Amino acid sequence: MTADNRTSFGRRGVARIGLALAALTMGAAAIAAPAQAADNTIKIGILHSLSGTMAISETTLKDVMLMLIDAQNKKGGLLGKKLEAVVVDPASNWPLFAEKARQLITVDKVAVVFGCWTSVSRKSVLPVFEETGNILFYPVQYEGEESSKNVFYTGAAPNQQAIPAVDYLMANEKVKRWVLAGTDYVYPRTTNKILEAYLKTKGVAAEDIMINYTPFGHSDWQNIVADIKKFGSAGKKTAVVSTINGDANVPFYKELGNQGVKATDIPVVAFSVGEEELAGLDTKPLLGHLAAWNYFESVKTPANTAFIKEWHDFTKKPNRTTNDPMEASYIGFNMWIKAVQKAGTVDQAKVIDAMIGVAVPNLTGGIATMMPNHHITKPVLIGEVKADGQFNTVWQTSGTVVANEWSPYLEGSKDLIADWRAPMSCGNFNVVTGKCGGASK
Amino acid sequence: MTHLPRLLLLLALGLATAAIATPVSAQPATTTEAPDPFAGLASDSFDDVIAALGALAVSGNPQAGPTIAALQADSLYYGPDQALYIKTDSGYIDARTGKPATEMVEDDLSPVRVNNAVRRAMDAAKGGLDLSSPDPAIRQKAAEEVFKSRNPETISLLDRVIAQESLPGPKAVMQQARAAAQLTEGSGSDPARLADIAILRARGDMEAKSLLGSLHDKSPVVAAATAAAIASLERLEQIWSLAQGVFYGMSLGAVLLLAAAGLAITFGVMGVINMAHGEMVMIGAYTTFAVQEAIRSYDPTLFGASLFIAIPLAFLVSGGLGVVIERCLIRFLYGRPLETLLATWGLSLVLQQAIRSMFGPSNREVGTPQWMSGATQWGGLTITFNRLYIIIFAVVVIAALMMVLRYTALGLRMRAVTQNRRMAAAMGIRTPWIDAMTFGLGSGVAGMAGVALSQIDNVSPNLGQSYIIDSFMVVVFGGVGNLWGTVVSALTLGIVNKFLEPVAGAVLGKIVVLVALILFIQRKPRGMFPLKGRAVEP
Repeated sequence: MTADNRTSFGRRGVARIGLALAALTMGAAAIAAPAQAADNTIKIGILHSLSGTMAISETTLKDVMLMLIDAQNKKGGLLGKKLEAVVVDPASNWPLFAEKARQLITVDKVAVVFGCWTSVSRKSVLPVFEETGNILFYPVQYEGEESSKNVFYTGAAPNQQAIPAVDYLMANEKVKRWVLAGTDYVYPRTTNKILEAYLKTKGVAAEDIMINYTPFGHSDWQNIVADIKKFGSAGKKTAVVSTINGDANVPFYKELGNQGVKATDIPVVAFSVGEEELAGLDTKPLLGHLAAWNYFESVKTPANTAFIKEWHDFTKKPNRTTNDPMEASYIGFNMWIKAVQKAGTVDQAKVIDAMIGVAVPNLTGGIATMMPNHHITKPVLIGEVKADGQFNTVWQTSGTVVANEWSPYLEGSKDLIADWRAPMSCGNFNVVTGKCGGASK
Repeated sequence: MTHLPRLLLLLALGLATAAIATPVSAQPATTTEAPDPFAGLASDSFDDVIAALGALAVSGNPQAGPTIAALQADSLYYGPDQALYIKTDSGYIDARTGKPATEMVEDDLSPVRVNNAVRRAMDAAKGGLDLSSPDPAIRQKAAEEVFKSRNPETISLLDRVIAQESLPGPKAVMQQARAAAQLTEGSGSDPARLADIAILRARGDMEAKSLLGSLHDKSPVVAAATAAAIASLERLEQIWSLAQGVFYGMSLGAVLLLAAAGLAITFGVMGVINMAHGEMVMIGAYTTFAVQEAIRSYDPTLFGASLFIAIPLAFLVSGGLGVVIERCLIRFLYGRPLETLLATWGLSLVLQQAIRSMFGPSNREVGTPQWMSGATQWGGLTITFNRLYIIIFAVVVIAALMMVLRYTALGLRMRAVTQNRRMAAAMGIRTPWIDAMTFGLGSGVAGMAGVALSQIDNVSPNLGQSYIIDSFMVVVFGGVGNLWGTVVSALTLGIVNKFLEPVAGAVLGKIVVLVALILFIQRKPRGMFPLKGRAVEP
């Protein structure tokens, strides 16, 4: 989910500067102490917003990282050293992400960084990691079209979430007509572009696809829902694929409920609505609407039960939900531990090479493997919203799916592949021209 | 519809065994048993559950109704040996017999899983069972469900209930359901199909259009009639969508009006640029949340009335806060618009952070009372209740505000002070007190707007920010100091916005409105209805 869920740009510019200043001073205070720590620790940077609009989502990931580091230390640490978390607050401010990343790497000398949520924050820190050679683990589902040597993507690429969801609706609900509704920014636009191209390859006519974008925090959904209803009354089964992000979802689902659009008539499948989002919401009108993720809290496996228990014990909140990006953080952390053990050092260049091929169990009963494109294999789960705010898994892939970091359905990226093994060692190798360096000839 | 052949088979089996079962049931030693219509429910497979629901609906078993109701309520469980239990507050009961179950082990039970396909089958099965309910409203609703299912197997059942039905309302829907089932089945002579198409055409709504759109008739006559019916339904839809657009516009206008009404007082009448106005709205919304929390913990039966309790409370809370703000901050800044702007903007940040510290940063869920959920159908017009009540509420608030300004002593003094402060003071009016009251009134109205907004928007500390710009837009466009201007301006902006949105999209629509507004203000800096005469300061 790439984006600044609850942002509206512009109005808050000045507020941001204030926040940034506050964060700077706080951040400086927070890191001053560990900087004097002894050399027999390995430092891990945590780069998640703890204030600002993204704090709601990202604070959870900071907590889960602290829990994992704590647990690893109890198991004896890593390479005989203790792990030490260095937490900074980029305050939902995209340029500040880059500053904080640089500070973590050059001042604190962290071995690895776990962080970012929105795509724009990831794009902001990317040059810092490529320049310094450090490693970033990125735990959120995103729009693909990227593969960096220094980034490991443990969230889903579009073919690990969006495309299987569409396939499910086509096969099981016999959907013939599609509404692609999203918030107006890069993740929905890219995802919808991929989906539109994909649907056309499946023989869906252009007039059977309706695309709609709304601003962040949109609250008046009356005529959009009416349009969806009208679009769905053409005699073909219709579904909505929603990349609507953040709290605009609440009035959207409310309006669907009020206008009598039920999941049995026009199902909505969402890519950004998880347990955390449902926790603050009246789920009655959502009953039966769908979400596609790679993990649900309701999945019954021993690993997941243990994880949920550990989470409740660590946070001391027995009702706190778990969600998909948390599982992605869990997988990323375990992979890094394993790669460091394999390499016998935390030296980034050696760890990056050791990462490829590392396999760790995920929480849904399968194995996640780091592929040469720096993305991991994931199962895809489709769940229907239940009355208690959890998901009921109605379908899942039989095994795991390998990520297509470059979408085969987009003109600009269909010839590209990423493979970070020698001798290719390239994030955007063009198989037609045989050169590394993207789509241009 | 992969389960259809299976369903037919079950149905046939059911009928056949029912025929034998009656005579043999007198002999207890019999070995032939009717196939258990409940068996499929105790399964992990959605298809089995769907087939079982179909069988159950036509089984005539007295436990069919309660079982399906339990499945709808997520309280149907299955155990080993296809045992089925309904979970109730007082323990489990056996779904087949309706008697309390004693021998089951709770850990062995798993809930019968439901997905959308099962839910559809459930609604259709429930509809089939309810068709012979004694309550005509339930019969009509059941017929609607059957209509949606388009299930050809219901034809004989529908024939039976149509013959028994005496009331025209349910009967018409039953006939529509029958026509839908018949058309979907595909057999039947041309004249019969033409008659069915006519029935659907007369129904005149989207469901009918959707069904007609799904038909692919070979017969050219029928195909032509279908196309004509769809075209006529689309024409009808076009006309209604105009009216619908006006309703959407009015409802958006009402929201804008509510948000701006308070500002029309503080900014329009007093001339205070109050950037914390949005936070007054937000505090009103949080008051609603607090009221609902209190009701939930003390007396949940009052929930339906929560908004009526919240409205005066929100007025008092926001209004009281407004008075405090005026006394402690704004009165020192009269005549210094830039300082007022900065001070109130800072205040808005303080208030946001205060609410964030008190209630947490995440959105709070404000429930919608039953009477405000759902919609009603007026012809082709869908009127959602929450929007309808907000329009009514806006009218009431504006009317009350005008009455206060026009007919009360306070209103008279307010107008006197804003028109000529020194003269009013010379007449013995305590102008500082009037200032505080005026500001309190504006803030209180904003608080009431917050109650309404809590029903359609997210209640978060940022709620006010999304309305402050719009509010200023409405007041400036309408003409500062003119309440009627604010009304006209809010409705104009609402309707223009809603007619632009389908054409230009939500994002571009807003931009177009904003640009148009800037151009308008360039030509008429004092808005649509500027104040005239001596009251206007040079």
